[in-house]
Amino acid sequence: MKRCLFFIAVAGFLCAVGAMAALQPAASSPLGLPPLPIPGDNQMTSEKVALGEKLFLDKRFSSTGEVSCSTCHDPEKAFTDGPLKVSEGINKLTGTRNAPTVLNAAYFGSQFWDGRSPDLEDQALHPFLNPVEMGLPDHQPILDIVRTDPDYQTAFKQVFGMSGEEITMKQVTQAIAAFERTKVAGDSPFDRYFYGGEETALTDQEKRGFDLFVNQGRCVSCHRIEQTQALFTDNRFHNVGVGINTIQGDVPELAGAFIKTKLTLEEVDHKILSDKRTSELGRFAITKGFDDLGSFKTPTLRNVAATAPYFHDGSAATLRDVVVHYNNGGVTTKGDHVNDFLSGGIRPLDLSEDQIDDLVAFMEALTSPEYAQLAAATSGK
Amino acid sequence: MNTSNPNRRDFIKGAGTIAAASTLPLSIVEMAFADPAQSFTFAHISDAHIQHIRGAEFVRNWDRGLIRAVAETNLLQPKPDFVVFGGDLAQLGMKEELDHGAEMLSRLDYPVYPVLGEHDYYLDLGEYWSQLFKREHYYSWDHKGVHFVVLNSILTTDEWTHERWPTARQRMLEMAGLDNPNGSPFMVGEKQRQWLAADLDKVPKDTPVVVFSHSPIQKIYKGWNFWTDDAEEVQALLHPFTTATVVYGHVHQIQYNQIGNISFHAVMATAWPWPYPQAYAQAESQLPKLTVPMNRADPFFERDATGWQFVDLKSGRVSMEYNLYSNTNRTVAYNPETGQPEDSVYQAAGGRIAPQIHY
Repeated sequence: MKRCLFFIAVAGFLCAVGAMAALQPAASSPLGLPPLPIPGDNQMTSEKVALGEKLFLDKRFSSTGEVSCSTCHDPEKAFTDGPLKVSEGINKLTGTRNAPTVLNAAYFGSQFWDGRSPDLEDQALHPFLNPVEMGLPDHQPILDIVRTDPDYQTAFKQVFGMSGEEITMKQVTQAIAAFERTKVAGDSPFDRYFYGGEETALTDQEKRGFDLFVNQGRCVSCHRIEQTQALFTDNRFHNVGVGINTIQGDVPELAGAFIKTKLTLEEVDHKILSDKRTSELGRFAITKGFDDLGSFKTPTLRNVAATAPYFHDGSAATLRDVVVHYNNGGVTTKGDHVNDFLSGGIRPLDLSEDQIDDLVAFMEALTSPEYAQLAAATSGK
Repeated sequence: MNTSNPNRRDFIKGAGTIAAASTLPLSIVEMAFADPAQSFTFAHISDAHIQHIRGAEFVRNWDRGLIRAVAETNLLQPKPDFVVFGGDLAQLGMKEELDHGAEMLSRLDYPVYPVLGEHDYYLDLGEYWSQLFKREHYYSWDHKGVHFVVLNSILTTDEWTHERWPTARQRMLEMAGLDNPNGSPFMVGEKQRQWLAADLDKVPKDTPVVVFSHSPIQKIYKGWNFWTDDAEEVQALLHPFTTATVVYGHVHQIQYNQIGNISFHAVMATAWPWPYPQAYAQAESQLPKLTVPMNRADPFFERDATGWQFVDLKSGRVSMEYNLYSNTNRTVAYNPETGQPEDSVYQAAGGRIAPQIHY
């Protein structure tokens, strides 16, 4: 039955991405992933994806001409910028957050660590204008380039049937999002074991780690695994005791200032990436809901071995550091003060050193074949 | 020439100013009665059930619930005038539990008015609780034109309390259980009702009255002591008032009802949720029909289906905003058109069933 459902899932996926199937190398057959969600008004074509990739790599869309989307979402680094803790934009200015991978971002219910953007199209609008990312005053310089550059003129005509003033940021971000939707990756040893029925795909240690992942470690409650597919995220936001732990005494002042000051989303975007203390308020800065204080989106764990460092602020260097933090019940150093707003699911786990190693081994088995080499280099194995 | 007039005028003016200034505090109170727009806010936290394990160890989950509610209440803007704690600070009435809970409550930036719950009471009959909070078991105060009363509604018969149990600890454990045939129904009792009658006698009948109790001053479900045996007698003392509200803890869920002039509001627990007792089918219940189901708790997220309340007292009517973790916040407010509290978010008009007139 499991196998049967798996074939249905794959068939659905192929159907949904029929137009782009030719782009997918055979190695990235998406075992373990659900059908790709594609917005009705942004259908995938190979030409659109190629245009999106060109835009993604173009450094001219920054005030210094030195930063592109790929500067922080580097295809050579599983679309992150490790080992940087937080990203570097124009003039080596640093933000406050660790670049999340583009891989499988197509499946997320919202974008950015705090979910302040609803989808890939909207997300692509904002880093262009953030003063510590690409630093443009507005989107006009991008439109000037895509409306006059001969290669872009040809591509936009071909993909959207548009030229000159007809081209707006809508088409620019649709193309970028279409490219990003091709960056899906499954087929990890875990997928071959759990969905492919390949008993030997995981080692004994990885299997022990899997058991800890769904039982004593409580990981699966947020990093979800379903019967037919696994995104390793619940698309929700949790305070897990990272970042907020460093500003505990300042929360009343910071939260108070945020409640009083009515900021636009654009101003919030600038504020949280330029002020670390404000950044640590997490999703509260977006919703002003107490439930969201210090909370950030559950990231996927697919290819996590290739995307160090970890957490929204890059504060954990290794997967082991991450597990130790959770084992301590939401504090990096055992015995530290647990923050008042800690999410209800986080509590001490009582894992032994060997069990921690097993859990790390399991997470290292979530790597897709195309990132195996990078993961091995990143984790020093 | 006539130079005395301006002086006299100044003097009269001055005298008038002095007179007005000296009566100013009273004027404010009168204004509060006269002006229906007068409103203020307070917060309500309840049912923390702080539970001692051994030594310095307490049940972590219950601690986290109270710590979080306190920290969040301190972030409220505008600042609430005070906080009510609705009872069951402790799980088994122990000093360790009451001390630990009071220490957490002491971090509130506001004055706290505590209510006694059965879990605070039945070990030493509220002696240490009174000592700790420097409060009688029932009391009243006035605030900005509203008369507030705290009742001790979790008393029961003298026989059950004083004669039936070999140890205080066993008495506490018996009262802590649900569906316990050895339990006994809660009551306010005659002595306290006499005190309440005398207390309310001094209050003008157009003054809004808000009563805080631990158990509901209405009869909902006896098996779980969602019940006060002399509820009707207490209600009768509130009936002469234009506006009366009862806010109770104990039930760990959202409930609201209107009986005559009295609006009833239940509050959430910070510890754990109780299901709606209608789910328990082995005994007959006299419960308002369930029209807005509680969100079922996800056991992984320990705070799910718990919460605390932010209360806006507009013209003496309670507007109860529930701060609910992992769920959409809800508001239950008095609707002057229908004359009853209503859930402003969840109830679709078509699915609405009017709250019952009586239990």
